[in-house]
Amino acid sequence: MTKALISVTGMDATGIIARVATKLSEMNINILDITQTILGGYFTMMMVVDLDGANMEFSAIDEALQPVRDELSMTIHMQRMDIFDAMHRI
Amino acid sequence: MIETGEILQTMAMIQEQNFDIRTITLGINLLDCSHPSPEACAQRVYDKICKTARDLVRTGEAIEREFSIPIVNKRISVTPVSLICQGDPRPIARALDRAAKEMGVNFLGGYSALMHKGATLADERLLASIPEVMAETERLCSSVNVGSTRAGLNMNAVRDMGQIIKKTAELTADNDSLGCAKLVVFANAVEDNPFMAGAFCGVGEPECVINVGVSGPGVVKRALEAVRGEPFDVVAETIKRTAFKITRVGQLVAREASQRLGIPFGIVDLSLAPTPARGDSVAHILTEMGLEMAGAPGTTAALALLNDAVKKGGVMASNHVGGLSGAFIPVSEDIGMIEAASAGALTLEKLEAMTCVCSVGLDMIAIPGDTSAETISGIIADEAAIGMVNNKTTAVRVIPAAGKKAGDTVEFGGLLGFAPVMPVNTCSCADFIARGGRIPAPLHSLRN
Repeated sequence: MTKALISVTGMDATGIIARVATKLSEMNINILDITQTILGGYFTMMMVVDLDGANMEFSAIDEALQPVRDELSMTIHMQRMDIFDAMHRI
Repeated sequence: MIETGEILQTMAMIQEQNFDIRTITLGINLLDCSHPSPEACAQRVYDKICKTARDLVRTGEAIEREFSIPIVNKRISVTPVSLICQGDPRPIARALDRAAKEMGVNFLGGYSALMHKGATLADERLLASIPEVMAETERLCSSVNVGSTRAGLNMNAVRDMGQIIKKTAELTADNDSLGCAKLVVFANAVEDNPFMAGAFCGVGEPECVINVGVSGPGVVKRALEAVRGEPFDVVAETIKRTAFKITRVGQLVAREASQRLGIPFGIVDLSLAPTPARGDSVAHILTEMGLEMAGAPGTTAALALLNDAVKKGGVMASNHVGGLSGAFIPVSEDIGMIEAASAGALTLEKLEAMTCVCSVGLDMIAIPGDTSAETISGIIADEAAIGMVNNKTTAVRVIPAAGKKAGDTVEFGGLLGFAPVMPVNTCSCADFIARGGRIPAPLHSLRN
């Protein structure tokens, strides 16, 4: 399974999770885990997703998230999970 | 499941502490490109590199994007050119430089000769061409091996290299003698080094191979900030843990690059390679251990600990380690070293002592332009003797900056940085260097 971490940060607003999740769903990307918190009005969310279902290259998925970034004015960053596993798990 | 704290730690290492993969270096065997005609050989070399390396940069960039880890350099190393050239090596040099530009790599290493025991005709032709080639080409790097633990020191080569370095400096005088930054003299050169200027693809290597060099002095410094005042046992353990994490990412990137390119993985170089950027300095790890500046008494001991702990932590994190593994101490590429040298805390002699316990040698050191060729040869001989006797790789990359004197500054730009011109002991060694011949290999028993 090719897993990626999607981090979403920026000023809190209504419908952020819905918007991001909808976009992922459109690309057939399954969400495996979500942690989310608000710190001083600042929205921080980390999602672990499974990229295997998406019939798109990593870079194409990242590009497809651009309209969501623009619309929400949020920073959305996608990164393969392997780097965290490599660093923190033996 | 990975915890949030661990994710944030990784992100901080990359975004705030300058953790990066320093280089993915593709080694390419060129032995089958040899041809009696230099032009035909050059064409074969160019064609083979362009065929083998065509996806290197693109693949490196894709890995960077997907893992969000900067891969600062994508580079190529090739078979030492003296082994494939049957005539004038200069057309091959030009072809290599052209291929490097075409492939989009910033440096290509392997304009090299291995002459630790003696020189072939091809070695001699290559050596004679180095100054002109370093002046004419932009991305080509050159290295010469002048000694080894098993063969001793080839003092004819040591003598010649002093003159070649001087001439290279003069031919590139307009650029602060930049040509010398692309030229390194080794003892015990390794075949799988991914770092420039000394990378070449040795004859024991496969047809092509992926070698990766990691970096992250800023990460080690930050980790040590958390254990201020603790005993050295804690310092060593902290460095080991950090080196493990850094190297695991190097291994991941190496495996990924190898799979995508269909090229076998060679080694991860367990290195701490600084850049002139603040927060990316090996010297500042030493000061974090409690030294006022690099070069203060205690520096050699601090570096010995650092170098050993980096290897111990890294070796478990990778399937295969190699290259020049250890902490690098180039002066112009490390802001802490630059500061120490400018303040007079760090001298050439102290740097020489430091090279006994860490990776490589006297690296990126600007010396006065009027330093004689014999004195440069003497510096090379001393450094090579350290490598020969201690069974380790040592190297000399000094820049006798044309027209500059001690206290002036030279500016190389980019990763090569800038450096104060350091004073050199001016007592003559001319008669010593003039002797030539070979210093015999050292005894391997009675080790005292």
